[in-house]
Amino acid sequence: MTRTDILPLAVRTVSAWTATLLIVFPLLWLVLTAFKTELQAIAVPPELFFTPTLENFGEVQQRSDYLLFAKNSLITSLGSTLLGLLIAAPAAYSMAFFRTRRTRDVLMWMLSTKMMPAVGALVPIYVLAQTSGMLDTLTGLTIVFTMSNLPIMVWMLYSSFKDIPPEILEASRMDGATLWGEFRHVILPLGMGGIASTGLLCLVLSWNEAFWSLNLSSAKAGTLAALIASYSSPEGLFWAKLSAASLMAIAPIVVFGWFSQKQLVQGLTFGAVK
Amino acid sequence: MHTVAQPIASPGDDSVASDTVQDERATASRWLPRVLLAPAVSTLFLWMIVPLVMTLYFSVVRYNLMQPGPTEFIGLANFHYFATDPDFGPSVINTLLLLGSVIAITVLLGTGLALLVNEPFPGRGIVRVLLISPFFVMPTANALLWKHMMMNPIYGVLAQVSQFFGLTPIDWLTDHPLLSVIVIVSWQWLPFACLIFMTSLQSLDREQMEAARMDGANALQRFWFLTMPHLGRPVAVVVMIEMIFLMSVFAEIFTTTGGGPGNASTNVAFLIFKQALMNFDVGVASAGALFAVLLANIAAVFLIRLIGKNLDK
Repeated sequence: MTRTDILPLAVRTVSAWTATLLIVFPLLWLVLTAFKTELQAIAVPPELFFTPTLENFGEVQQRSDYLLFAKNSLITSLGSTLLGLLIAAPAAYSMAFFRTRRTRDVLMWMLSTKMMPAVGALVPIYVLAQTSGMLDTLTGLTIVFTMSNLPIMVWMLYSSFKDIPPEILEASRMDGATLWGEFRHVILPLGMGGIASTGLLCLVLSWNEAFWSLNLSSAKAGTLAALIASYSSPEGLFWAKLSAASLMAIAPIVVFGWFSQKQLVQGLTFGAVK
Repeated sequence: MHTVAQPIASPGDDSVASDTVQDERATASRWLPRVLLAPAVSTLFLWMIVPLVMTLYFSVVRYNLMQPGPTEFIGLANFHYFATDPDFGPSVINTLLLLGSVIAITVLLGTGLALLVNEPFPGRGIVRVLLISPFFVMPTANALLWKHMMMNPIYGVLAQVSQFFGLTPIDWLTDHPLLSVIVIVSWQWLPFACLIFMTSLQSLDREQMEAARMDGANALQRFWFLTMPHLGRPVAVVVMIEMIFLMSVFAEIFTTTGGGPGNASTNVAFLIFKQALMNFDVGVASAGALFAVLLANIAAVFLIRLIGKNLDK
């Protein structure tokens, strides 16, 4: 077995697991606390063994209408993903299969729009949203999320479309396929993996999006990110509820993230790391 | 048996497809690519240009959101005001400190972790999955998790651990606001660096490593001469990506310190936010935004070059 290190297996295993548990500890603690009562949550010294309860999950819903915010998160995430795919897929198709000398520049330009800090656009977007009555609306948020994620989506779809062997396309053309037929029967099935992971990544990014959510929405269109922020300094004991609310808010996305690791590397580094 | 010579079909022969489809294709391939690209290019263009133009305009007028509509042209007064704001200098320093510290922590620890889990060991799959989890926690949940559950000076886990060792607990957010924010942001981004490095290490040339080992190179030498150069590019990418995204750290500050006691944990992004949505001074905020965009452009130029090289492969 080729080894590039000198530490024997046991040492590595122990150190790797120790480091991991230390780093992930806050999350594990969060999960535990979500199932405690408030009194158990602030117990000194902290309780490790206790009877779990589900009361926090119910209370969070009563107190802050969790479901509304969850619905908003869901709508804005799904909406921006679908809209993004609708706009990005044709563009990626065009750049992958009708490549010109300018294709590279166009792609680079698109990526560069993502590199500008969001705060640079905060003022105009806020003013625009205010004057067009889009503040605190799901539509406004969805549009902003879509535009934020569009460059990465185009990039990722382009990368996966490029991987489709051109010979298959040639073959389908020789068989007389129309353009739409080609898309439906060749591109779509072969590119489905790339499309799915692009969609997943966009979902993750939109769900976690906090900057625009905090600034452009409040009571009506607020997303989960904004709801969690409102727990910043409430009254009374709230740790268990905060943990429950956070757990519900982050669990689906953490799981999604596990499945989209590879695509994340591709997407977030703009492909600069293979 | 055929006696009439049949023409042999040549590769460019389209006789299998109908003529109309071929004609369709020929004309389509002229305008189709542009039409397909149009939605993406035009929306992104608007998304970029409209805010930019508006920001340029707002930065040279007096405009307060509490008063209707922009008023007079005041030249560079907003820029002057923003730059002479007593919070401006500290916010730039805080931004640089935040960027530098988080990048240093994530790159160093990320490399170490990636090396540690690079070789197989029991439970490696689970470890990898666990290690990347913090990155997917939404920033506001992350911030509050640390603010209340870890850093609370009485009930927080960190406080209880230090009490266990007989030390006085630190009141993180009050006494060390910027450091607290650095910890929170680093925790979030460490998995990112780690994941990138893990991916990169997978493509390390094993045979080269083995050959070096057989030639008598020890672990340190192998690391220095083989692994490190290989990691050079991913490190550069991570540094640049983090520079770009960390410049806009906002949610963590908003949810925890609100800029810190005074301006102790205010960065440039938060300062702009304060001007825009707390003082409602759109003019000054726009001036600040241009400054932030300028900073970001510098980092972006380098990143674009790096990506461009990769695109040509």
